[in-house]
Amino acid sequence: MVYQSIEKAKDSYDVIVVGSGLGGLTVSNRLARAGHRVLLLEHHHRLGGLATWFKRKNHIFDVSLHGFPYGMVKTCRKYWNEAIKNSIVQLKHIVFDNPQFSLTTTFDRQDFTRILQEKFGISGTVIDDFFVTVRKMNFYDDLAMSTRELFEEFFPGRTDVHRLLMEPITYANGSTLDDPAITYGIVFSNFMDKGVFTFQGGTDHLIGMMRDELEANGVTICTNSKVERIVIEKGRVKGVMVDDRVISAPCVISNSGITNTVDSLAGREAFPEDFLDAFDKVKINNSSCQVYMGIKPGESFPDVGDLLFTSTAPNFDSLEMRDMKTKSRTFSIYYPQTRPANPDYTVVASMNGNYDDWAALSDEEYQAAKQEMIERSLVDLERYIPDIRSKIDWLEAATPKTFSRYTLHTKGASFGTKFPGLDISRKIFKVVPGLFHVGSVGIIMSGWLGAINYGVIVANDADAFLRS
Amino acid sequence: MTRGEIKNVILEIIADIDEDADMADLNPDEPLRDQLDLDSMDFLDIVMELRKRYKLQIPEADYPELATLTSCINYLEPKLKAL
Repeated sequence: MVYQSIEKAKDSYDVIVVGSGLGGLTVSNRLARAGHRVLLLEHHHRLGGLATWFKRKNHIFDVSLHGFPYGMVKTCRKYWNEAIKNSIVQLKHIVFDNPQFSLTTTFDRQDFTRILQEKFGISGTVIDDFFVTVRKMNFYDDLAMSTRELFEEFFPGRTDVHRLLMEPITYANGSTLDDPAITYGIVFSNFMDKGVFTFQGGTDHLIGMMRDELEANGVTICTNSKVERIVIEKGRVKGVMVDDRVISAPCVISNSGITNTVDSLAGREAFPEDFLDAFDKVKINNSSCQVYMGIKPGESFPDVGDLLFTSTAPNFDSLEMRDMKTKSRTFSIYYPQTRPANPDYTVVASMNGNYDDWAALSDEEYQAAKQEMIERSLVDLERYIPDIRSKIDWLEAATPKTFSRYTLHTKGASFGTKFPGLDISRKIFKVVPGLFHVGSVGIIMSGWLGAINYGVIVANDADAFLRS
Repeated sequence: MTRGEIKNVILEIIADIDEDADMADLNPDEPLRDQLDLDSMDFLDIVMELRKRYKLQIPEADYPELATLTSCINYLEPKLKAL
């Protein structure tokens, strides 16, 4: 059944989902369980979108499995299954190391309260007030306050505290101090609930379990199936064009980027002018760079932490973090227990990045810049694992161009859009009946938990449409 | 459906969503959210389940009507009367 080619697809479905990121997978599963006939189309040969992995030698590298909030436990139990929920384990050893402070934490409210009191000398009342304020934030609240203003209100002039609170979130979703405080408050509170969690077994295991669940629920899955366009006639969705063939459905859910969905898949001619005016104002988030390091079989290194937020830049600066030569990167360290069935040590260094910086380079400059990024990452990692170079048998880099190639996202955006993209995404079906979008938007619907929960929200909208 | 039947349906749907929910001490006039640790995603699940079972469309603007057990029954009673 699964991974069949597009020739095997029937001529019509209730719903066609374009793209199999975590949002596309979840919307498919929810709608199939609700009794709809679902076709899931993916351009790549494997499911998962940016929730992906690749194999080199004996290594499996996880691209975006860096840690998610505890809310994933409930979400996976309700919208996937027990086996997936039971694979979730905590990452207890989170490290910060920069010129302003070095510390180790479990990254939850209790431990952050201790650290803010003991290391930063902040009063308990101020800390509690801050946590209560961010906890109460809702996505429909006032957008006027920026995260910078929020921090200045509670911790005026304390750039060290701002860095502690902001740096991980900038890596998690590309947001900056200038984004609305509510986007910060919602995401930060989710993490502070109980700490940082991951999937034991890795991304490949998770996506395999999701594929099995989709198959059990009757979803038809076709990979290597790139949708050329969404067919819209007389203002309504009619289906998709794929492999020179139209497959019809009254409802099409795009898990492509929102910009790709409007500009390319549906085409701008399908939308009214006022919608396009608002759409054109939506800014996409930045892209990413990564360096993948595999350790020789039989070699090992001690526990230096699960997630290391490192920087040699003097202050937190989201512009510096996106620079090609940034001094700020996170190391996600994967120990043998990540994949008990295939024990291995791997390290993934992640940086934020701008697509345009990398796209402007000649082939020669591009290759050289990748090598320099690998070298900078190694030099930084040597501070924590001094003999790491002699233990490595695989080194490889990804840039915004790589992200663009595999996800097809405009400018390799790895965190969707800024906040106004959420409204555009949610109201698209009110403008073109039958057309829905699911995927990283609005900062808060980003990351693994955000993507899955947004899949549930869009499934509810699509279900209401299909039953109307 | 009678008010009692509607109440049982709501409790059954909540039990499916949250297997640990303790319904015994539920105060019908206090918000469900405060008593059962339900979040906004859980309310979405209730809405989707009601639509699946009874083809009932509950617009987003009406979600606040589902706040307490009593308000749920009051809201659903006229809509499910014929069933």
